[in-house]
Amino acid sequence: MAQPFMKKDDDLDDEAEYSPFLGIEKWAALQEARVFNDPQLDPRRCCQVITKLLYLLNQGETFTKTESTEVFFAVTKLFQSIDLGLRRMVYLMIKELSPCADEVIIVTSSLMKDMNSKTDMYRANSIRVLCRITDGTLLTQIERYLKQAIVDKNPVVASAALVSGIHLLQTNPEIVKRWSNEVQEAMQSRVALVQFHALALLHQIRLNDRLAVSKLVTSLTKGTVRSPLAQCLLIRYISQVICDSAGNTPPGERPFYDYLDSCLRRGGEMVNFEAARAITELNGVTNQELTPAITVLQYFLLSSNPVKKFAAIRTLNKVAMTHPMAVTSCNIEMESLISDQNRSIATLAITTLLKTGNESSIDRLMKQITNFMSEIADEFKIVVVEAIRSLCMKFPLKYRSLMNFLSNILREEGGFEYKKAIADSIVILIRDMPDAKESGLLHLCEFIEDCEFTYLSTQILHFLGIEGPTTADPSKYIRYIYNRVHLENATVRASAVSTLAKFGAMVDSLKPRIFVLLRRCLFDADDEVRDRATLYMNTLGADGAVVETGGDASEFLFKSLDVPLVNLETSLKNYEPSDKHFDISSVPKEVKVKPLAEKKAPSKKPTGLGAPRRGPTSTGTVDAYERLLSSIPEFSSFGKLFKSSAPVELTEAETEYAVTVVKHIFDHHVVFQYNCTNTIPEQFLENVTVIVDASEAEEFSEVASKPLRSLPYDSPGQTFVAFEKPEGVPAAGKFSNILRFIVKEVDPSTGETDDDGVDDEYQLEELEVVAADYMQKVGVSNFLNAWENMNPDSERIDEYGLGQRESLADAVNAVINLLGMQPCEGTGVVPSNSRSHACLLSGVFIGNVKVLVRLSFGIDGQKEVAMKLAVRSDDESISNAIHEIVASG
Amino acid sequence: MEKCPSVKSILLLDSEGKRVAVKYYSDDWPTNAAKEAFEKDVFTKTQKTNARTEAEIAMFENNMVVYKFVQDLHFFVTGGEDENELILATVLQGFFDAVGLLLRGNVDKREALENLDLILLCLDEIVDGGIILETDATVIAGKVASHSIDAGAPLSEQTISQALATAREHLTRSLLK
Repeated sequence: MAQPFMKKDDDLDDEAEYSPFLGIEKWAALQEARVFNDPQLDPRRCCQVITKLLYLLNQGETFTKTESTEVFFAVTKLFQSIDLGLRRMVYLMIKELSPCADEVIIVTSSLMKDMNSKTDMYRANSIRVLCRITDGTLLTQIERYLKQAIVDKNPVVASAALVSGIHLLQTNPEIVKRWSNEVQEAMQSRVALVQFHALALLHQIRLNDRLAVSKLVTSLTKGTVRSPLAQCLLIRYISQVICDSAGNTPPGERPFYDYLDSCLRRGGEMVNFEAARAITELNGVTNQELTPAITVLQYFLLSSNPVKKFAAIRTLNKVAMTHPMAVTSCNIEMESLISDQNRSIATLAITTLLKTGNESSIDRLMKQITNFMSEIADEFKIVVVEAIRSLCMKFPLKYRSLMNFLSNILREEGGFEYKKAIADSIVILIRDMPDAKESGLLHLCEFIEDCEFTYLSTQILHFLGIEGPTTADPSKYIRYIYNRVHLENATVRASAVSTLAKFGAMVDSLKPRIFVLLRRCLFDADDEVRDRATLYMNTLGADGAVVETGGDASEFLFKSLDVPLVNLETSLKNYEPSDKHFDISSVPKEVKVKPLAEKKAPSKKPTGLGAPRRGPTSTGTVDAYERLLSSIPEFSSFGKLFKSSAPVELTEAETEYAVTVVKHIFDHHVVFQYNCTNTIPEQFLENVTVIVDASEAEEFSEVASKPLRSLPYDSPGQTFVAFEKPEGVPAAGKFSNILRFIVKEVDPSTGETDDDGVDDEYQLEELEVVAADYMQKVGVSNFLNAWENMNPDSERIDEYGLGQRESLADAVNAVINLLGMQPCEGTGVVPSNSRSHACLLSGVFIGNVKVLVRLSFGIDGQKEVAMKLAVRSDDESISNAIHEIVASG
Repeated sequence: MEKCPSVKSILLLDSEGKRVAVKYYSDDWPTNAAKEAFEKDVFTKTQKTNARTEAEIAMFENNMVVYKFVQDLHFFVTGGEDENELILATVLQGFFDAVGLLLRGNVDKREALENLDLILLCLDEIVDGGIILETDATVIAGKVASHSIDAGAPLSEQTISQALATAREHLTRSLLK
């Protein structure tokens, strides 16, 4: 063992020696490489030495430049030997050493000789080696041989040349593109893999010519592509062609679909799966198109092979996100996969089932999941929790069992990310489902009793402070909160004090008791905790007899700081201690140009198993908007923001100035927020305004506008225009917009701006305010109950013909979008092939009028859709208005 | 290139996660440290699974990993998250079976290290720069073992190792029958 280079293969056999390379050292192996220079070469010994060197490299050892050059030169000597085995190892060694240009010249002639050898193995391998190490100048010399090799009758040689061509195309496209004819000839090869490599190269060559790719694909779908790999490749190219040609084909017709469909049944499972996956990923795929693909995947689920099961369930999981009904046919197979050995498969099966399951199967599913949760890793658990959250939104009636499940897993062991996912889910459920509030808050209270994560504790305490005081019996939470003051670290203690103060401010009956508790906090070891306690005691008037809480105090406690923290920080730094107190109102409220939340591109891909993309939560965005608008003095008198739309693009992508607009709806006003981005580095814009022509919106009149002072390159800014509108009625209209600004030249190299500016204008697209803008999507947990509780006199019923529609789902979506309401109890999804559908919608109309809508749809053989619409609302005139919206839409 | 079915790495590790032979075809792991970290990750995440009768599959951090174990050897083929799982499984099967043929059924770490030259040649014949060259185990093993069958060279010129390799190939063939 101590003398590693003594060992020969024969010595090792009988010993307990584990590895023939044990104790091997680089210097020793390099020394051994001297045998390459022997006049009498021993091929076997040389092979062993090369293997040793390759072993070292493979283990991560590196050779210095000199070492590598020395080995390289020694290895080149081995071309003298005619031993085939040795030659193969020489090829491998040269590839591993990746020699520099000077060195390449040394072996070029040897390799070129091999390229013309009669031995196929020499030809194939020397081509791969030479193409790997060549730097392009050599390529013209060997081009002739490569073209020959592509059409060589030996498939190994042809494949070697074709694959090398694919690699070379990256560095020397102009040369490889000249081989088109030979590659096309190779396409006709009877050997499967040659065909595959030829197709890959041919497509690569024509990549930038869409028409040529389309032609290539068309001709291949008619011919016979034998290799399964080539068929997979062809399917991918077809998907690309379909995607590129989207919009150029008549609706209802899908080019190449028949070919994809036929691939579901031939060419082997690899091809079947590739085709099934391609179909599920088609843009706007219909249920009819999906069905055969789902059938193939369903068959895969029954396989005993984990890879096939995984592939199928992963694809079905993705389909279930957009077309849950199409996947329901696989429910039985998926349920049996919950107990699958492979936890990835089981997790995917569960999350898919949670998307496709109906209300009746939830309880059974939850039982199965409970057993399963203890066996999987945190990353899988998070996926399950997220799936359960969305399930709860879909079936609000089932919140009880789902909430129980969440609280159970919250008590079990788990990491921060997992616990956070659960707590977030409960918070969202509480927010969106009033019925779930009490039990959810108690679960959270129990959780913070034994929570090791400071961040989660403080977040939950803050949330308790906002939601707790408005419950039926706020006093029951106090114990949990005050326990934190005893048992936790300073950060948690401080937020517990704030939460107590909020209860004190909101619930007058609790106030005296809260004061007792706050007074105890005055002796806390941490000064932040003490400061907070003192501050809140004063704000709430603990010393005086005043029991009534003033509006100021609660505003102070509940409203978030309305000045940007950055501004506050600078103001405080500039403040010099004097007799004058620091005045917070002197802090500028204007937000520095900062991209808003929705502009942040999702930079991170969803990791894990098809984790659903989580957009910014709508409430968060609205809060941000509200803060932004209230910080602008011109708009502060408009009252409470009712709704903000999603940003609408007013310019094409990649134009000089990118502008999107957000519509903010107030009771009497509408504010358009134009988010502008200047994409020209040579320009600096000043005094940016949008000139709005409201001649096609009679009910609106402009009242204010707020220009953007400056708009430097690539740093988004906002300008606003406000309109007055009549209260209540859903005033609609069209607005045309022109961006007006002063443009100044910028020298991008120095960043200097010219002093002289020029007035300029830029035409933007039109913008519309529609009825749906006045409707908030607000769900109800029990639609029927809510419906019965509404005044029946407010009900308005009418029937409408919606004309010819592509499908029932199409018609349902159109009406939902028109009204901008929230589909309830999962009725927004139409089962495939159904002839009729009932849909329940709920929402809050401007003026805080609750509106409920029941829709019944029917479709006949001619695809004519008829609809019955019943509305109930708090205000009869709104019921009428809803009908007007539908009638005019 | 991005459309072409591609393999990102092929790993052959021992029962402690140490390298026997590895080959990377992607720039995702620029340093040896990154490669070792990836191998450790792959090894620990799959270690407890039973991948002895059928190939298994796992996915983490945008890598799809198909794997199969035999004795004290762990075979892995990895690809991107959008890769067709069945293609990777085919590559794995080709590699796995070819090694079985080349080691004449004695597939364990010791045998693999003693025939490391064959394993390295085998990797070289399966994938070239990420592009699949061949997936049929008999063809792969044939190419690796047959490097001494030189149709052009007369029998008398064959060296001992060539003769040995010829014999080896005959063995391979007979195994396949």
